[in-house]
Order: sequence, then structure tokens, then C-alpha cells
Amino acid sequence: MTPLRVSIVGVIASLLLILVVLELIRGRRLKERYALLWLATGLVLLVLSAWRDGLNTIAGWLGVTTTPVAVLFAVATLFILLVLLHYSTVISKLTDENVELAQRVALLEERVGRLAPSEPPARVD
Amino acid sequence: MSSNRIVAVVPAYNESGAIGGVVDEIRSFDPALDVVVVDDASTDETAVIAGAHGATVLRLPFNVGIGGAVQTGFRYALEHEYETAVRLDGDGQHDPRELPKLLAPLERGDANLVIGSRFVDPGGSYRPPFARRVGIRVFARLVSLLGGQRVTDTTSGFMALDRVGIALFAEEFPHDYPEVEATLVALRSGLRLAQVQVEMRERETGSSSITFVRSVYYLVKVTLALLVASLRRYPRLEGARR
Repeated sequence: MTPLRVSIVGVIASLLLILVVLELIRGRRLKERYALLWLATGLVLLVLSAWRDGLNTIAGWLGVTTTPVAVLFAVATLFILLVLLHYSTVISKLTDENVELAQRVALLEERVGRLAPSEPPARVD
Repeated sequence: MSSNRIVAVVPAYNESGAIGGVVDEIRSFDPALDVVVVDDASTDETAVIAGAHGATVLRLPFNVGIGGAVQTGFRYALEHEYETAVRLDGDGQHDPRELPKLLAPLERGDANLVIGSRFVDPGGSYRPPFARRVGIRVFARLVSLLGGQRVTDTTSGFMALDRVGIALFAEEFPHDYPEVEATLVALRSGLRLAQVQVEMRERETGSSSITFVRSVYYLVKVTLALLVASLRRYPRLEGARR
């Protein structure tokens, strides 16, 4: 059995995570598509914390004999890694799109400069 | 509009000391050549000077790195339907008087991409420092191996492209440290590649972007990019071989 206090702290922490994520979505500071992994993290941690026999069961499957609570940390770490990896792909995509936008701006600015020479393009400094 | 229009793509970042001379030199080599300077968000007067010397200037709103800058020029070439694009560096190390050598294989229809190589002719005068020579050779070997054609110089940056090559690089050009990977992308896309011996000059102003600390990162990044590129599938291009 997971110690009662660990369970309580775990439940509170995962509920907090879920609430914060939901509040960020509500305030439009986080897009749903990027929030799903965070919500999944919160839910899995919530279940593992509340289901007090669960950790022992899973620890048994994994062969963790000393401290079943370690499974909780392992799962949390795994999910955080997933979120980070996901963000790396998002950043890569944004970087590519950003460069393409810059290139198009440069090409269009040159064209505007030729078509309307009286209005020099604004400097972006 | 003549049928064989050529555009010279010149990427430049803070080259106010050299860019005027570079543009003049290209224009005096062949006045029919359109010179496009891609200003990669320089903080000096590079764009103004290039424009004053008669170049078309593409100003990137922020620094995107050499690859992204060069690609902007190829996109310009594609949009304006140039038959041929040549790429010269903004620091003056590529000599426009070598251009006829680069253009000859394109005119004969022998190649889609011609690279100005410093090592085709073993008697060439370029003798880089030991570490750089090893690096250049390792990359040349690796690209040759993965691309299926012997390449002698993958880091020169001095090149000429026909329409097929322009279309490829406008779409697909690596963004940082692009030369080595671009060579492999060209080979794997089925471009016909030719190499001609060129001499390069010492840079007139500024310093090489590759310092010792960065060279390790450069080595690792480019090697990874090459291995990944050889796992990717590139669509065969119309007008290319195979």
C-alpha cells in the first residue's frame, strides 16, 4: 500500500496540475492541442496516487521490489519527457515556418519597393 | 528578357566593407547578370551599400542563417523564372572570373548543379590548415559514399544551378551549415552534379563564421544531418537523371 500521506500529496499535486492546465486553456494562454499531454500526465498521476494498491501491483509487474513509490516518480518523469519531446517538435515546426515567413517578407518587400517606390518599406529593426 | 537569364545570389551578413566591391566585380564581369544580395538582417549598412551599387536587395526581417538566406535568393530565382542561378559569397572569396568554368557544364546540358571545388585538381593552390583539411575530406568521403558519386569539395559554397537545381533548392535547402547537406540532397534527388576546379581568395574583411569551438558542433550536426538525409526519401525531379 502506498503510504496515506504520499497518496494525499500525490492526489493534491495532480489535481493542481489538472486545474492549472484547465485554467490556462480557459484563459486562452494554452492551446488545447498542446494541453492534452499535460492533462494526460495529470490524470495518470492522479489515478496512480489515489489507487493505493495500484502502485504495488504495477511495481510487481516491473520488478520494483524496494520502494513501489518509485514507480510514481518514474511514470511522472516519463510523461514529462514526452511533453518535452512534443514541444521540441513544435518548436522545430515553428522555426521552419518562421524562416519561410521571413523569406516571403523579404521577397514581397522587394516587390513592393519596385511597385511603389514612393513608399519605402518600413525598416524592421 | 533574354532566354538565358542568370541571377547571382549573394548572401551577406554584416559585409558592408566588402559587399560594394563584390557587387561591382560581378556586374563588371557580366553586366547582363542580375545581382541579388540577400541581406540576412545585417546591423550595418550592407543593404544600403549593395543597393547603391546596383544590386537587387532582399532584406530578411531577422537573421535566419546562411542557408535560409541563400534559399531566399533561390526562391527569388524561381519566382522570376531565371534559367540559371549562381551563388557567390558576400565576403568576396568567390571570384566572378571563375564563373565561366561553373557555367560551362550547365550550358552544355551536362549538369543541373555545378560546384566550384578547390580539390578537383590535386595541384590546386588551396592548402587549408590540417584540422580543416581533414574535416573537408571526411565530409567529401561521407557525401560520396551516401550520395553515390565522388565529390571532392562539399564546403565551397561556390555553385551554379539550372532550373531543376533552382527548383530543388528553393524548396529544400538546409538552414544552418548548409553546403555539405545540400550536396547530398542534390545527389539523392537525382541532380546531375559536376565539379570544376576553382581558386578562392582569402576573405577581404570579416572573419570565418566557423571558430574552433563551433567546429565540434559543426562536425556533429552535419554528420547527423547527412545520416538522416540518407534515410529520407527525396522525390526524383523531372529533368534530372535516373
